[in-house]
Amino acid sequence: MTIAVKCIELCKTYRQGDTDIKALDHLSIDVETGGFVCLSSPSGGGKTTLLNAIGGLDKPDSGEVWVSGQRIDQLGKAALADLRLREIGFVFQAYNLIPVLSARENVEFVMQVQGVSTDERRQKSQAILEEVGLKGLEDRRPAQMSGGQQQRVAVARAVVSRPALVLADEPTANLDSKTSDALMDLFSELNERHQTTFIIATHDRRVMAHVPRLIKMLDGRIVDDIAQTPV
Amino acid sequence: MGLIFRLAWRNLWRQPKRTWLTIGAMLFSNVLLIFMMSLQFGMYGLMIENTLKAFTGHMQVQAEGYVDDQKMRQVVPDVRALASTLREELNSENVAARARGFVLASSEERSYGIAVLGVEPAFEPVVSSVPGLVKQGRYLDSYDAAEIVVGAVLARNLKVGLGDEITLLCSGLDGSFAATVVNVVGIFDSGIAELDRSIAEIPLGHFQDVFYMEGAGHEIVINAPDVEQAPALEARVQGLLPAGKDLVVQDWNRLQPGLKQAIQADMSSSFFTYGILVVLVSFSVLNTQLMSVLERTREFGITMALGLKPQRLGWLVMLETCLMGSIGVVLGALLGALLTSYFSSNGLVLPGMEEMAAQFNLPVRMYPRITLLSLLAGPLVVFSFSLLAAIYPAVRLRWLQPVQAMRAA
Ligand SMILES: Nc1ncnc2c1ncn2[C@@H]1O[C@H](COP(=O)(O)OP(=O)(O)OP(=O)(O)O)[C@@H](O)[C@H]1O
Ligand SMILES: [Mg+2]
Repeated sequence: MTIAVKCIELCKTYRQGDTDIKALDHLSIDVETGGFVCLSSPSGGGKTTLLNAIGGLDKPDSGEVWVSGQRIDQLGKAALADLRLREIGFVFQAYNLIPVLSARENVEFVMQVQGVSTDERRQKSQAILEEVGLKGLEDRRPAQMSGGQQQRVAVARAVVSRPALVLADEPTANLDSKTSDALMDLFSELNERHQTTFIIATHDRRVMAHVPRLIKMLDGRIVDDIAQTPV
Repeated sequence: MGLIFRLAWRNLWRQPKRTWLTIGAMLFSNVLLIFMMSLQFGMYGLMIENTLKAFTGHMQVQAEGYVDDQKMRQVVPDVRALASTLREELNSENVAARARGFVLASSEERSYGIAVLGVEPAFEPVVSSVPGLVKQGRYLDSYDAAEIVVGAVLARNLKVGLGDEITLLCSGLDGSFAATVVNVVGIFDSGIAELDRSIAEIPLGHFQDVFYMEGAGHEIVINAPDVEQAPALEARVQGLLPAGKDLVVQDWNRLQPGLKQAIQADMSSSFFTYGILVVLVSFSVLNTQLMSVLERTREFGITMALGLKPQRLGWLVMLETCLMGSIGVVLGALLGALLTSYFSSNGLVLPGMEEMAAQFNLPVRMYPRITLLSLLAGPLVVFSFSLLAAIYPAVRLRWLQPVQAMRAA
């Protein structure tokens, strides 16, 4: 079994006034290719910081981050941008859509930067928007959609180009239980069908119950790593 | 590029008021620059044509060095014959021979030092506007009569009128004393005080007799159809001059050095003003683009997190400026051309220009002249400086950290 993500002794400290906050505290973790992992912690436990380090958005103070067999914590900006563009799908904690683009254009954004043809883009974005239940809302701008709808556009955008790794930060935060279950089913399906690796940060117990591996964090450390049978 | 273009276009219309305000600043300066430059070029054109038409002509054949020293003995020998040869060779009536001397002109009451010109009455009216400005009496009509045409101010100073006599005292070509008495047959009034005060014209034949010129003169005035064609004609004339007589063709710039200097001085002072205008517009662009980049910190963070390189975001900002600038150029050129062409046909009176108008024999009503240069120079400079101003906001994006950017409100 190959390793999709490997973190070794990650540390990240934020200064807040006079006190140092250890967002990541000598944290090590392996996630195999095709893994389906949930990170949970009380608020401020370091989930977002960890996802940012794995996605190359933020550099740890020390330690190593490996993605797809490549050490990324020392890469330059351009190389990291390329890595994110081609290998990683992001769902950010706040929906983070581009306000001047419609739902469809937001979903097509990554593919467009990748240089995917118009027809292929159109077809893929249509399919994924239907799958997340946004058929008919393709031409709405973010400001014209509810929080949950925006969240689903963000999810569609993250998975539409079939990245090898999806990092999702609270993807179900604004969703009712039905929509949230549908979203997790979509993730599971992509995970099984395409061996996509998922790392999902969440407070949502339904999401935690949905995954085979649950990692509990506290103050930047892993306190529990549970293998379980998903419901 | 399609994506970046679409983003740029939509971003512009997110804050339509601010965008229009910035475009408005560009537009205003473009229209102003087009109008002012067209007006200036129109004025310079008139200034050159009118000044040269009065007297100097587009070029003159002279003895070498005459333009600087104006010595009596720096002559063009057989000046009439040469003028008529040139007339034939160039197939143009726009050629006239002259002689020029400095004399003491005395009436019964007073004396003044003036320049007296010996002219060919048949051809002088073709090359000079002075004969047409005779307001009293007539212009010279005989080749060697003892007649004189004087300026209105000179006539007043000497207290002479039509039919009165003036005595001219001078030294002839050989240095001997020379004198003649001439009859006032005409008085011209050009409105140019300098001309009306210090110039008088007598027939060339009589001039040559009095000054012992032996057929020689000092200049042959030659005009091209317009100033632009003068250099080509000058080259032709040069080829027609007899060899070995030290004759040269002097262009109008050499004959009237003050003219080009006045134009250049006027240009540099107005270009300074234009420069300030352009700088102000650039700052307004800088301000707009800085603000719009700051406002979008968060979404720039997102696009970078999704894998867009900061460089392309920089291009996005440049493209937005480019779009605004293009709208400014197109609308500016359109409005500027409209406004200018309205005044080109109707003319306009500029307050404060009277002094310059008087000095260079210009009408007070001005007609701007649109040229490709006056239409495009201003807008293109504004466009380029706008792009320059956008470089800083665009380059700043290089230092944007996606995580911090996304945390921004
Ligand atoms: N840019 C920052 N500046 C200062 N402190 C920060 C910064 N980012 C995170 N922190 C701190 O680091 C710690 C971990 O933050 P992080 O966002 O990773 O937690 P989290 O587990 O994602 O929390 P939540 O569940 O609320 O999203 C917190 O104490 C937070 O206050
Ligand atoms: Mg978080």
